[in-house]
Amino acid sequence: MDQIILQILNGLDKGSAYALIALGLTLIFGTLGVVNFAHGALFMLGAFCAVTLNRILSLSHTVIDETKKDFLGNPLKVEVPYVQGWFGESTGQAIIDWSVPLAILFTIPVMIAIGVIMERGLIKHFYKRPHADQILVTFGLAIVLQEIVKYYFGANQIPMNAPQAFFGSFDFGAMIGMEPGAIIYPYWRIIYFCFAAVLVGGVLAFLQFTTFGMVVRAGMADRETVGLLGINIDRRFTIMFGIAAAVAGLAGVMYTPINPPNYHMGMDFLVISFVVVVVGGMGSLPGAILAGLLLGILESFASMRQIIELLPGINQVVIYLAAIVILLTRPRGLMGRKGVMED
Amino acid sequence: MSKLDLTRRGVIKSGAVAGAGLALPTIFTASSAAAYVNEPTGSTVTLGFNVPQTGPYADEGADELRAYMLAVEHLNGEGDGGMLNTFSSKALKGNGILGKKVEYVTGDTQTKPDAARASARSMIEKDGAVMITGGSSSGVAVAVQALCQEAGIIFMAGLTHSNDTTGKDKKANGFRHFFNSYMSGAALAPILADRYGKDRKAYHLTADYNWGYTTEEAVRTSTEAMGWETVAAVKTPLAQTDFSSYVAPVLNSGADVLVLNHYGGNMVNSLTSAVQFGLRAAQANGKNFEIVVPLYSRLMAKGAGKNVAGIFGSTNWHWSLENVAGARYAGTNAFVKSFGEKYGFPPSQAAHTTYCQTLLYADACERAGTFNPCGVGQALEGFEFDGLGNGPTLYRAEDHQCFKDVLVVKGNENPTSDFDLLEIVDVTPAAAVTYDASIFGGELGSCNPGA
Repeated sequence: MDQIILQILNGLDKGSAYALIALGLTLIFGTLGVVNFAHGALFMLGAFCAVTLNRILSLSHTVIDETKKDFLGNPLKVEVPYVQGWFGESTGQAIIDWSVPLAILFTIPVMIAIGVIMERGLIKHFYKRPHADQILVTFGLAIVLQEIVKYYFGANQIPMNAPQAFFGSFDFGAMIGMEPGAIIYPYWRIIYFCFAAVLVGGVLAFLQFTTFGMVVRAGMADRETVGLLGINIDRRFTIMFGIAAAVAGLAGVMYTPINPPNYHMGMDFLVISFVVVVVGGMGSLPGAILAGLLLGILESFASMRQIIELLPGINQVVIYLAAIVILLTRPRGLMGRKGVMED
Repeated sequence: MSKLDLTRRGVIKSGAVAGAGLALPTIFTASSAAAYVNEPTGSTVTLGFNVPQTGPYADEGADELRAYMLAVEHLNGEGDGGMLNTFSSKALKGNGILGKKVEYVTGDTQTKPDAARASARSMIEKDGAVMITGGSSSGVAVAVQALCQEAGIIFMAGLTHSNDTTGKDKKANGFRHFFNSYMSGAALAPILADRYGKDRKAYHLTADYNWGYTTEEAVRTSTEAMGWETVAAVKTPLAQTDFSSYVAPVLNSGADVLVLNHYGGNMVNSLTSAVQFGLRAAQANGKNFEIVVPLYSRLMAKGAGKNVAGIFGSTNWHWSLENVAGARYAGTNAFVKSFGEKYGFPPSQAAHTTYCQTLLYADACERAGTFNPCGVGQALEGFEFDGLGNGPTLYRAEDHQCFKDVLVVKGNENPTSDFDLLEIVDVTPAAAVTYDASIFGGELGSCNPGA
């Protein structure tokens, strides 16, 4: 029983990352009709916003420590962050320690700006082109973005830590009345899942309960009619592209303590996120979320030792097998709408 | 009218003389103009450095390339000479190789066997490289080694740790200075048994490719011989990024040690997951839970950050070796000084092995008096040397594998810099990691000069 709960938890937090990226992809596809293969790169850029803020907060001056030697036998040069000089050692260290949560504030405007520039500068020129052209240009853009990041940050992964208060794990099993030690789960992964739930809820509420959201939904349903009513739907869709970029970026920021980021992390998520979108139903926001969580849980269960021993290799193909079965039985995906990508 | 006096003996004699006369120039031509592929004819000789310049191991490749460039400088008599000053062989004089100035070309392996073979082929066919060296992956090393064997070129492997490179896939034209999975297991097991006890239960997570299998097998065999029990061994996809679903069940599996047979990004991610799931702080079977990483690399340790603290592994070389373990490892400080003053940071083990391979190749050419791969191979086979930072070393003739001391290291609890992430715990003597050359199968075959 504890193993089942453990894998469900795992699947939920893994699936929440898939769902966040798929949500952004679906927003862009649903509003602009663009198949955005650069969306994984936006996830990666968000993670590197956190790295950048951490480096800004860690900007240092050099102090020579005569008591220690460097690798060449010279007195050791110790880097002392400016924030420690300005706010005192413990406060300065705490500010650096909290750089990942602080990066949320930094990332939102940066990613909205990147999204808007991307849409206005490149993607709008491909609205009326075939999906194949859109895929090619956005995939090319993703490669360019990741090579830029690699140039500045290197190819190796960069360690990013959760704040000390959330480092490590806790006894989840004891909390729900099970035997102590039965389910040990990391704090940050639970935080990630809760953060994803809030973010998804926020985006859906924004679309559901604001006038802006209402217009966007109307535009998604019938763009021409909304335009005929004198509403500048293009401008709203551009903003939605920015919001989708910010959602992907925030997913990336919060993911950095789970896996140290590198330039390739977006590509690692891209294919699976498209599978999530297709399984959920092209253009369906709830479908993307449902499929993300479902496939995350399936992947977790397929990684169990007992399952692998029974069906060797199942952990590598389970998502695609599930996608085949779902698409054979429900060709439009779990919650797909009629007419989307069927022309 | 003259009489033609034909006898059987006369015809045979005349034919033999005429045949020898006709054949003579051909024999001379063959030996002088096409004795071997890419024979240097001018005042320079070209080496081919085939390293990952793009892809996930690009940082490791960049460090290898730095070391190669430093080696070329030293071979050509520039700079402070580095390990040429400490190398036991004195054949190299700082005037290039066999009097020819050393030049180099580079290729990008992308850590993909196909791309690595294509770039090696290009360096051989278009640039006239007389030797190919490099790589940061066993898959690439095995693929390029096979190509070099076919082409008649010497291959001096870079960072490749699988037993297969000098085991079942060994080739007469290929040579490896780096240690292998067997040696990691043999070096680590006694230290693990000493520190963690002989009554331990291990859970292996293994990267699902050739290197992972050989490493798991080596560590299992060595630790089981010490009394450990293997509870489970689970293969993880090479492309896996989130290892939580593999790590989460470990704590309740009955195991009290997790062995991560992972390298590169896999190692960074699986170790990060293991620490997140509290394995470092956990208790199992009444003991502290422990994690082991059989192959450490400083560049990878940097990616895992403070998660490596206190975790044991093995490594081929470390920049602090001579300071920690003494003058037996002479050459280490000379290399660190050369490299550090030129680039501003200490070299990685990848840089060290590639620098050594370049010097060893050049030295073999000098001792053989030729660039002919067969002559160079013969000079390397059974060659015993010292002063290249690893202590006394043998290039074993039977499988072209170097045998030298192996370092057991541990993640530093209190690093003072990014270069100080690993500390040396012990050095296992070469004799303890030496094995019978036949155990991994394979045939060297005969050397191929390519012409």
